[in-house]
Parts: sequence; structure tokens; C-alpha cells
Amino acid sequence: MATHAAFMPGTKATSGSVVWSWITTVDHKRIGILYGVSAFFFFLVGGLEALIMRLQLAHPDGTLVSAQKFNELFTMHGTTMVFLAIMPMSAAFFNFMIPLMIGARDVAFPRLNALSYWIFFSGALLLHLSFLAGAVPDGGWFGYANLTSHQFSPTHSIDFWMLGLQVLGISSLMAGFNFIVTIVNMRAPGMTLMRMPLFVWMSFVVQFLVVLAFPAITVALILLMFDRFFGTLFYAPAAGADPLLWQHLFWIFGHPEVYILILPAMGIVSEVLPTFSRKPLFGAPVVIYSGIMIGFFGFGVWSHHMFSVGMGPVADSAFSIATMLIAVPTGVKILNWIGTLWGGRIQFKTPLYFSLGFIAMFTLGGLSGVMHASPPVDLQQTDSYFIVAHFHYVLFGGSIFGLFSGIYYWWPKIFGKVLNEGLGKLHFWLMLIGFNVTFFPMHFLGLIGMPRRIYTYAPDLGWNFWNLVSTIGVFIIVLSLLVFIGNVISTARSGKPAPADPWDGRTLEWTIPSPPPVYNFAVEPLVHDRDDFWVQKYGDGHGTPPRKVTPPAHVDTSAIHMPPPSYWPILLAGAFFFMCSGALVSIYQVVLGGLLTLFCMARFMLEYHRPAGADSAGGHH
Amino acid sequence: MRKSLRPRIPTALLLVGVAVLLSSCGWSLWDSPMTTVRPKSGFGRMTNEIFMLISWWTLGIGIAVEAGLLWVCYRYRERPGQPIPKQVHGHALLEVSWTIAFAVILLIFAVPTISVIFETQAAPPPTALRVDVSGRQWWWEFKYPDLKIVTANELHLPAGQTISFNLHAPDVIHSFWMPQLGGKRDVVPGRVNRITLAPDGPGEFPGQCAEYCGMSHANMRFRVIVHDKAGFDEWVANQQKPALTPTHPLAQKGLEVFSQNACVGCHTIAGVSGGALGPNLTHFGSRKTMGANLMAATPENVAKWIENPGHMKPGALMPDLGMRGEQTQALAAYLLSLK
Amino acid sequence: MAAEHAAVAHNPNIGTTGLDHRKMGMWAFLGSECMFFGSLIGTYLAYKGKSISGPGPHQILNIPLTSVSAFVLLMSSLLMVLALAAVQRNDMKWGKIWLFLTAVFGAGFVGFQIFEFTHFVHLGLTLQTNLFGSTFFVLTGFHGAHVTGGVIWLLAMWWLAVRGRLDSRDTLKVEICGLYWHFVDIVWIVIFALIYLIP
Repeated sequence: MATHAAFMPGTKATSGSVVWSWITTVDHKRIGILYGVSAFFFFLVGGLEALIMRLQLAHPDGTLVSAQKFNELFTMHGTTMVFLAIMPMSAAFFNFMIPLMIGARDVAFPRLNALSYWIFFSGALLLHLSFLAGAVPDGGWFGYANLTSHQFSPTHSIDFWMLGLQVLGISSLMAGFNFIVTIVNMRAPGMTLMRMPLFVWMSFVVQFLVVLAFPAITVALILLMFDRFFGTLFYAPAAGADPLLWQHLFWIFGHPEVYILILPAMGIVSEVLPTFSRKPLFGAPVVIYSGIMIGFFGFGVWSHHMFSVGMGPVADSAFSIATMLIAVPTGVKILNWIGTLWGGRIQFKTPLYFSLGFIAMFTLGGLSGVMHASPPVDLQQTDSYFIVAHFHYVLFGGSIFGLFSGIYYWWPKIFGKVLNEGLGKLHFWLMLIGFNVTFFPMHFLGLIGMPRRIYTYAPDLGWNFWNLVSTIGVFIIVLSLLVFIGNVISTARSGKPAPADPWDGRTLEWTIPSPPPVYNFAVEPLVHDRDDFWVQKYGDGHGTPPRKVTPPAHVDTSAIHMPPPSYWPILLAGAFFFMCSGALVSIYQVVLGGLLTLFCMARFMLEYHRPAGADSAGGHH
Repeated sequence: MRKSLRPRIPTALLLVGVAVLLSSCGWSLWDSPMTTVRPKSGFGRMTNEIFMLISWWTLGIGIAVEAGLLWVCYRYRERPGQPIPKQVHGHALLEVSWTIAFAVILLIFAVPTISVIFETQAAPPPTALRVDVSGRQWWWEFKYPDLKIVTANELHLPAGQTISFNLHAPDVIHSFWMPQLGGKRDVVPGRVNRITLAPDGPGEFPGQCAEYCGMSHANMRFRVIVHDKAGFDEWVANQQKPALTPTHPLAQKGLEVFSQNACVGCHTIAGVSGGALGPNLTHFGSRKTMGANLMAATPENVAKWIENPGHMKPGALMPDLGMRGEQTQALAAYLLSLK
Repeated sequence: MAAEHAAVAHNPNIGTTGLDHRKMGMWAFLGSECMFFGSLIGTYLAYKGKSISGPGPHQILNIPLTSVSAFVLLMSSLLMVLALAAVQRNDMKWGKIWLFLTAVFGAGFVGFQIFEFTHFVHLGLTLQTNLFGSTFFVLTGFHGAHVTGGVIWLLAMWWLAVRGRLDSRDTLKVEICGLYWHFVDIVWIVIFALIYLIP
């Protein structure tokens, strides 16, 4: 129907500017792009923070940055990568792909979706305003009490961190509600839960994790806020409080959080491998059940982050066993993925490279994780560079590689062009090599006693060589990212337009044009199988022949009613930001911001409620 | 990329990785001062045994998985003219088998793990030497209550005897870690944690705080010196003596400066002052390092420290009292005379 | 075959389960609220009996008075049910009355709570006094804030009804508010039992 410029999928520019159309969009595809661009930007910010840290640590007794600056850097690096890079990049894919993969035209609550993005944006802004205020968070990304109390952190740095995370948490929670309803309630006819694509399944589990885990950190932060602003005693040892309360609440959130960070990437890999092996995911139901089990049992292992705090042998043992148990569903997935490749007809395209890289690196990270599951061993490894190696292998080698696999895989669908293959492979190899050069030596450094979060170290401890090697690796990673950015730019300028189905795919998103029209599907699909599109094209190899779906001759797509844009999401997010940032300024700003927020909420909720005397019931939300 | 090269690059990388791993065995890297894999106590050895057990299994699994991954990529790479492959959905028996296999391997790790947890956290015997450790921003206090000794930053221990460390945290959470002797234990405000271990034999090695505790976390180090019985008794006897009276004129001047300044409010020198905010300095001169194992205890370093603690240790709670020149040199001489 | 070319469902809010999206969304939200209050309650229980000074619960809690306010809140749930029933049968006269009364009862509960809080402050228990003060005020305070939010929501719906913008076509919206309201009530039953009734 409409012609689509590469970077503005789905809508013809109506009245008003392009910028305004992006600000008021409620289209899940645009919101996905907003998340994706933001996430990549903050990935670079976090990467820069890492680069500076590694330059400082390249030599002993380094003097590039001060102790204070370094402590700020590792705090912001962790916070940024977790909350502003990986989570929003996953959100970009939830947003763009979930409706397409379930055959829906949008999410259940499009304006709430936009609101989630603008609240995320304001949370990121609040965190980074700390740089302007000269009070950059410096308590570590998990801000242990009672270091974060007013007594030991008297500046506003912790306040910025605390408020920023609260705002970001609200954004994630809203998105969680939205996607749960979308996935449960908006699947195309015939798409039973077990016929849902794996990426949708993993994302579904993630939304439950978000909805149930974020409240714990919300409470932890509220208690901290009350301690810091109102003098309560939640983390005050002098009053009989236990600083470990923070650790328990934080990790009850924190452990499910790491599954929130890895499951989307696992979902992506579970899509890419079958597509490029030309056969179904090996043991798809088992992979689905493993995902569910990981989500469920992920709530039972949090204290494996606390093996050194002295919980006692019974608690240590219980959490150790639970942690080892959860390694089983996590580990067998790897064998399912290899089983998918086995017997296949493997096409080595860039998305597959990154998925293979994911499997290779996540395996290593998972194996070092198994070591940490044993408390006696963990007492040597925790808080050392061995742990730093472990979580970078699972979060970078795992999540980031998985997300890049998704980026290359779905780029044609999102932007209507295929990224250059040669540059993509170069990006992959440079990133794989750079990543390993940076992070593998950290295993050694941890085993020879280098603690984490230290801004410098003595020259006579044997740590010098591998620190230098690690720093060199960062430059290779930087190079790989430059290749990626170059690829994006050159593809935007002169890439070939992509067909609807560039990879001979298996799932519904490949049945519609690249990029999709604003309404996604002209005709609601009717689903018969998992990998329905593949079965349509080729049959399922077990007796079901290919199914030719003839679209009707005339589909009046102009009659498809999509929700119109709205400025209430950004206004409400702005009012909320005004209120939250007021906590750092004055009570009057909080009160005024609160009133504005209430006002915007009312207008948001009543936007499609009928005016007095109207006849028709409100249709949109 | 040429087709023939494709399987070779990942294979080459895997081989490089294995080579690095294997070459790292038996390397002097592992004998570094803060090493965790050359245990010098029973506690450390029990830990290391489980670590080695898990390491060998995970190395094997890792190599098998990575090699398997590479092999399937090579064997099933697309060749021209191939039909669509068989759409295999799974294999129940295989999936169940490898799940059980994995669970069994974890059981192999779990059994010694639980056993070691209980063994190492058992109550210490009544004959154990008790050491009260206080982790403070950013130094370590060591008290031997039965021996009536208070010292800081340099931990002396007798070889072959069980030691029960009681861990206290007057300010924030820190972590007490002597890697060569075994795993760490956090010091947490409001509770007393415990580590029990017996060092094998004489030796000297560093320790460090391993829980981020503020600006100078990186500088919160300490030194452990394990003596044979005779050497430890000698050290104890010396530490139990009151502070030496200085004989050298500069040191005598230093005692004067010390007594007349705010130093007495924070530091204890037995027989001279009773401050308890900073390290006990009664036998400062007997310690090899200062500033929490930050630098050698030389006259220049002591003087520099006194003149500007925050420069050597960012955020240090010891204020700059404005002393300079002869004052600080005198103080340094005095403190270093306190053997 | 006609099904294969079906157009979008007529009511965009009803999903494939037959449930309205918004009702399902409220249930998901209430799931997170369970964890939210669960964490706050867990904190209260972790610190129960650990205050090192200051008034404790047995010295300061007025159980008879709080039982009355708990009853008021329980009754408000009944009123909510009546409000929903009235709206459902398009009896907006009674719909308005019941909605307003629900809000009044809810506000009454909050009023009781404000009275209780100020009374405790007079008796020497503040947020900063001891662990009991911190945990008590934060837990019950956040619950009270949730009730207040519900009261505002109810008054907004009452006002819409007064302006002729709410009737049986909005039954679902009233139902969702009811779900929230009943949840907040149930949480109070749990809190009341744990703080006031269990020694």
C-alpha cells in the first residue's frame, strides 16, 4: 500500500514534522527502533567507561583517573550496560518482533508501550544528569548497604542512582504487563502456546520475571530512599538493622534479572539456528520447558551471590544445590542448539556466526558459573576477576552476541535492507577475538587473587602482564564496533532493498513486506503449526504437504484502523520525571510534579473515553 | 571468505585457546603472591581440591562442547544441490540421557561441596588461637584477646596451629581475604563472622579487602606473616611489651610532637596515648609496611603520609594536621623506633 | 476458508482468551503488587522484635481502634461490589451513590490511619525512632498510599458518572477498579493480622 522509506517504516508522514511523529508514535515498530537506537547509544557510553577503566588498569599504580573517578566508572559501566544497553536492546526486539511473530497488529496497550519508552528515556536521563551535577553514582552497580547510607555516601551520587533505577524499574514493569497481555491475548488464530516461536516464549518468561522480580528492587530502593531522605533505619546497623537485608532484596531481584538479560538472546539464537540450518529447533518443547523452569527456579537461587557473607552452612548448602540444579536446564539447551545444527544444511551468514559465537562463549561462561555454584570454591572466586570473567562471558559473549545475531537477522525486516555480509563477518571475527583477548585473561587474574573494583594495584603481584593484554583486547572490540557502525551507515546509503523473506525463514514475520506496513498483516494469519511459514512453503517433512495461502484479491487496507499517535505518553513521562528529579531539588518540585503527573495520568486514561453526550463506547486504550 | 578457510579459522582459534589453557599449567603465574591455587592451609587445600575436580570436568565438557560445535558446523555446512534436510524435531531418549548425565556430573560436585562446607564452618577447637579482625575504612585491626595484643595491618600467625578469626565490621561491609590461606569471608556490621584455618608452615604473603567499601577499597591491603612456633612466641613477647622509649634525639622530638598533637586522639601507643580511631602504633616500627600494606615503612614514606594522607590513600580518614618538615621527620623517626 | 481471511475482531480490547486486555493487565499488575507488598511485609517480619529501643508494637498499637478502621475498609469492598452491580445494570443513580460511598469509606480508612500516625508520633514513635517505627510506618504508609490512589480513582469515576460519561458501557473499567480495590483490602487483612493481631 504505502511506500516506505528505509528509516520510517509503517507511516507516511502526516501533518507535522518527522520528529513529532516519532515523539507521539504508538506504533510498536517505531517504539522498538527508539529502544534499539537508545540501547546502542548507551552500549557505546558503557563501552567508553570500560575503555577508560582498562586504560587505568593496563599498568600497575596507574594514574590516568583518580580513585573516585574509577569508582564512578565501574558503577556507571555496570548500571549502564545492564539497564540502559542490554535490557532496552532486548526491549527493542520485544517491541518490534513479538506482534509480528504472533500475527498481531500491535501490542495490547500501544500508548502504554510508548509511555514505557519515554519513562525509560527519562530514567536514563536522570542517571546521566549526575554527570552534570558532579555527583556520579559510585556505590557499584549493586550499591551494597551500608556503604550507600548517608553517613558513608554523603553526596547526591547514590540519590541519582537510586532515583534513576526506580524510574527505569517502572518502565520495565509497564512493558512487562503489556507483553504478558499481548502474548496471552493477541495471538493469531491457531497459534496455541506450544506453536509460539521460541523468541516469543523466552520473552514471555522474561516478562513474568520482570513483573515478579522488579518489585523486590523497588522495595530495596524505597527503603534506601527512606533511610537517606527521611532517616529511617532499614540499613542502619547501629539501630539493630542488618545490611544484608539490602543484599537479600537486591539479589531476589538480581538473580532473575540475569535471566532477564540472557533469555531474550537465547530466544534469538533459538530462531536463528533453525533458520540457517534449515531444520527445526531440536527438542523445541524441552527448550521451552527449560526456559520456564529457569524462570521459576531462578527465584530460588539468589543467595549464591552471598556465599561469603556468613549465612551459615545450611543456607550455603541449600543455595548451592539449587544453583547446581538450575544449571541443568540451562546447560541442556546448548545441546539442543547443537542438535539443531546436526544434520542440517548450514548457511554461514552473519546472524548465524553471532549465534554460534553465543553458544561458544555462553558455554564457557556457564562452566565458570558451575564453579561458583560450589561455596568453598566461590569463597576464592567471588569478588575477584574470576567472577568478572564469568559474567562478561555470559553477558557479553552471551547476551550481546545473541543480540547482535538478532540485529543482523532482523535488520532486513526492520529497515528493509540487508546489512553487508562481508562487513558483518569482519565485525564478528574482530569482536570474538577482541572479546576473548579482553576477558579470558581475567580468569587468570582472578585465580591469582586480583579483587574486583580496585582502581589500581601493586606492581609486584604478578598481575601486570594479563592486565595489559586485557586492555589491548578492548581496542579490538572498539575496532569491531567501528566496522558495525560503518556497515550500518553504508547500508543506509546504498544497501539493496530486502525482500520479505531474505533468509527463507520459518516464522510469521517473514510473510509480510520488509519493512512491514503500519498494520503489519493485511489479513490476519491462520496458524496450523509451529514454524508455520516453513510448513506453508515446504510441508513439515512428516506428511503435511506445503500449503499455498492465496491472499484475497482485494484487501482494503485503508479500512484497517490503527491507533492514532498521542502526545500523552511523553507528557506523562515528562511530568513523572519532573516529580522524581524533584527529590534532588526541593519538596515543592515533588509536589508540583506529583500534581502534574496525576493530571497527565487522568488525561492519558481518558484520552479515548467518550465525552459527555457521546454514543459510541471508547475503543482505544 | 574462501570456503576452505571457513572451518579453519574457528579450529585455529580453538587450538590457540586450548594451547593457552594448557600452557598455563605449571606456569610460574600460579605462584604469584596472591594466588588462590597454591594453598598453604588445610582450609585452602580442601577448597582447591574441589576447584580442581570441577575444573577438570568443566575443561573436558568445555572442549567436548566446543569441538562438537565446530564439528557439526564443518560436517553439515551447506553444499550445492543439497535437498532440504530431514526436519527432525528431537529425540526423547537422547534428551533425557544428556539431562541425566549432566545432573549426575553436578552430583559429583555437590557431594564434596556440602561436605567441605560443613567441615570448614564447624566450630573451632578450644585450643584455637583467637584473632579478632576489624575491617575499617581502609585498614585492618588485629587483636589477639588471649595474648593481649593489638596491632594493625600486619597479621602474624603461628604455623601448624588452628586459628579462629572473628570478623568485626565497625563501619561498612568489607571482606577479609588471604588468598594463599583460603577463601574470603565478609566482615558485616552487626554480626561476627568466623573463619577457622591452620597455616601449614612459615611464609609471608599479602591479603586484601575483597568487598567494595568506598574510595580507597583498592588500598585496603594487609600482610600475613606465618612464623614457626619459636618465631611466633618471639613476636608475641615483643608485642606484649609497652612502647619503647626513644633514645635518638630526633625520635625524642617525635614523641614530643606526637604527645602534643591530635595524634593522641586517634592512635594508641601503649603508655603514651589511648586513641582508638586509627591503627595501634605501639610497635609500628616492627611492621615492614604501612598504610595497610600500601608502601614500605621508610622514613620518607612515613613523613609523606603524615603530611598528606589523602594523597597516598584517597579519602583517608586521617586528616592533614598541617605538620611539615622537621616535625614530620621527627615523627617518622619516633614511629619507626617503635620496634 | 472464510476464517482465513478474517478481519480484525470488532472489539479491539477483547483477546483470544475472551478476556479483556485491560482486565488481564490489571491481574498482571496485581501480581507485581503481591511481590511489592510481600517484600515490604518480609522486611517487617525480618525486623520484628529487633528494635533496640523505643516503643514496641504491644505498647503502642490500638487494636480496637484499628479493628474498626479495618472493618470500614472491608465494608468499602462491599460497597464496591454494589457499585459494580449498579453500573452493570445501568442504574447510574445508585452507581454514583455506591461509588461515592466506597470512596468515602476508603477515605475514612485513610483518615483513621492519619490519626493513628500522628498519635504515634506524639507517643514517641517516628520513622526514625527504631526498627519498628521504620518498618511500621513504611509498610502501612505505602498501603495507605495505595488506598489513597484508589480513592482518587473512585472519585474520578464518580465524577465521570456525574458528568454523564460513565454508564453500563464502562462496566469493565469499574470492574478493573474493583479488582484493584479488593486487592488493596486483602493486603490490609494480611498486614493487619501480621502487625496487629499476631504477638
